[in-house]
Amino acid sequence: MSQPFAKLPAWADYGLLPLINLVVAFLVAGLVVLLVGESPIDAAILMVKGAFGSGDGVGYTLYYATNFIFTGLCVAIAFHCGLFNIGGEGQAYIGGLGAALVGLSLGDVLPWWLAFPLAIAASAIAGALWALIPAWLQAKRGSHVVITTIMFNFIAASIMVSIVVNFLRPANVQAPETRVFGEGGQLPGLGWLLNGIGLDMRSAPLNISFLLALLAAFLVWVLIWRTKLGYEIRTMGFSPKAARYAGIGEMRIIIIAMLISGALAGMMALNPVMGAQHRLQLDFVAGAGFVGIAVALMGRSHPFGIVLAAILFGMLYQGGAEIAFDMPNISRDMIVIIQGLVILFAGALEHMFRPTLQRIFHAFGPKATPIQPNAAAPGRQ
Amino acid sequence: MELFITFIQLFDMTIRLSAPLLLACLAGLYSERAGVFDIGLEGKMLAGAFAAGAVATWFGSAPLALAAAVVVSIALSLVHGFASITHRGNQIVSGVAINFIAAGTTVILGQAWFHQGGRTPSLPNSARFTPINLPGAEAVRDVPILGPIYFELISGHSILVYLAFLLVPFTWWVLFRTRFGLRLRAVGENPAAVDTAGISVSWLRYRAVICCGLLCGVAGAYLAAAQGAGFVKDMTAGKGYIALAALIFAKWRPVQAMYACLLFGFLDALGIRLQGQPLPLIGEVPVQLMQALPYVLTIILLAGFIGKAIPPKAGGVAYVKER
Repeated sequence: MSQPFAKLPAWADYGLLPLINLVVAFLVAGLVVLLVGESPIDAAILMVKGAFGSGDGVGYTLYYATNFIFTGLCVAIAFHCGLFNIGGEGQAYIGGLGAALVGLSLGDVLPWWLAFPLAIAASAIAGALWALIPAWLQAKRGSHVVITTIMFNFIAASIMVSIVVNFLRPANVQAPETRVFGEGGQLPGLGWLLNGIGLDMRSAPLNISFLLALLAAFLVWVLIWRTKLGYEIRTMGFSPKAARYAGIGEMRIIIIAMLISGALAGMMALNPVMGAQHRLQLDFVAGAGFVGIAVALMGRSHPFGIVLAAILFGMLYQGGAEIAFDMPNISRDMIVIIQGLVILFAGALEHMFRPTLQRIFHAFGPKATPIQPNAAAPGRQ
Repeated sequence: MELFITFIQLFDMTIRLSAPLLLACLAGLYSERAGVFDIGLEGKMLAGAFAAGAVATWFGSAPLALAAAVVVSIALSLVHGFASITHRGNQIVSGVAINFIAAGTTVILGQAWFHQGGRTPSLPNSARFTPINLPGAEAVRDVPILGPIYFELISGHSILVYLAFLLVPFTWWVLFRTRFGLRLRAVGENPAAVDTAGISVSWLRYRAVICCGLLCGVAGAYLAAAQGAGFVKDMTAGKGYIALAALIFAKWRPVQAMYACLLFGFLDALGIRLQGQPLPLIGEVPVQLMQALPYVLTIILLAGFIGKAIPPKAGGVAYVKER
């Protein structure tokens, strides 16, 4: 393959190229819809209608988006450090334990605005601790963080089943879940916000953790691009060798980045556990940790892009549930395919269209500058 | 004697449960020894299982089902190769993508074609790989000790089980006694050297990835058309990841891979066997603990308490010719 010659302008690099990748992913997904005998265009219309057509639709879309913002940020922080944290699923699951312990113990005693900060801390710490061992193994032993985090996802699932079933389940309940938290363990909804802008949200579980997610996105942006630590993390991601020469402690940065990553995943648990179900149920993460991978790749590891990508996936989740009513052949598993295709085209094949695009830009642009390595890609394997 | 029979049955189950792990593990071995990491074993197995289930339902033929599984699985592995070899994309990302595409597509297509909630119809025995009785198995059945061992343990498995275990020495031979194997290992350790020798790194890696797809397809066909009778939603249930764990456990060596898979298969069988049966002294062993054990063991290995697992040196790195 010939090496491309021209550097792409920023708008093409950060706007056009991801857009092309995304469009291709959706075209292939459309093929699958065709294959099961439905019209992709009708499906798309139904999906958008289901996601944004009503106040509750918007509420659900943003509720799902909240999960994906957290998990997307979790994956992105690790990407910036050159690590691939595939364990957001398990970290969020264990984070739920932190949130639930606060909800169960203090939910009856404290008002929500006192319990909430404690729950944030508990879920973040729980998620971070679950990322600590893989981080330590990567930093100290060089064991691949991908492998260890996958293993930890499975271990988390086993641990949570046994904890919930054996310890947290009330004696008279058959379902594997905790009791409902007290008032203080239930986060206030954001119905007033949507109703304030003329939408009518009634039953959607959108809650205050959506605002927390936006705040987290902003703080991650500050951390990555406006602090010394963020600079060190990015240096590590670009070139571990350069970081070593610059005197940046490799072990320290890897562990810190993974702890932040795990903490962000852990905080995701607040949304479903304290914001929607008001109890700890098994499998409440429901794949959100993996969606985070697609979200981070699509948002090119930038918090702003992540918020947009998370809302898109929130739309797919909510709209996908609506489609299933009209098109029985299409279930929510369609989202899993789209997720996979987005990861494939925006992640693994992100360079596929680059040479073509560069040739086009070269043909029409006078300047020929050497290209730079791509910033958003997870650098080290 | 009763204890003996119990153990024989346990080991018999171990062999059945290890076979798909072993196939997937050897699949990963070819790919990773050539320097292409493959997280997508799970997805390829799942897609293969679905293809086998669907084709066996339509045509009622087990060999055709196997062929379909292999074709689908190789197609997915070529996608992996296209992304990670040709376009030098991130191998992990590509593997993750394949897992999701397989997980979603099998359910959607299964529901659309068979309307049974993502599963394929139950297969009759004529469309499955049924157990084979080895010669003389019936005759020696009543011989004490050796009889049950031969009859229960060694005889009476489907052809794919024997294939899986025969592939172990075969893989060893290919990797360590053939030119292809030497080059395959070289391309995983030092692709530049292979390139200097005038051998195409890409083509070698593509061949390795195709081998991987082939074996994953067989593993999938085993699940849907030998061990089970038809495809069930998410029927791999993490086996691809356990195979990956076994591969690390075996430090990327074929014979050790067999031991690792037998160990993990044994843990699985033991977990099933012990369900709801309290042990003396220990009490009831939680199922979750047994399920998590392969992963915990691998983590302990990776932590360096049981030797050190060193992956192929060029694993996960796309090869770029220097200019």
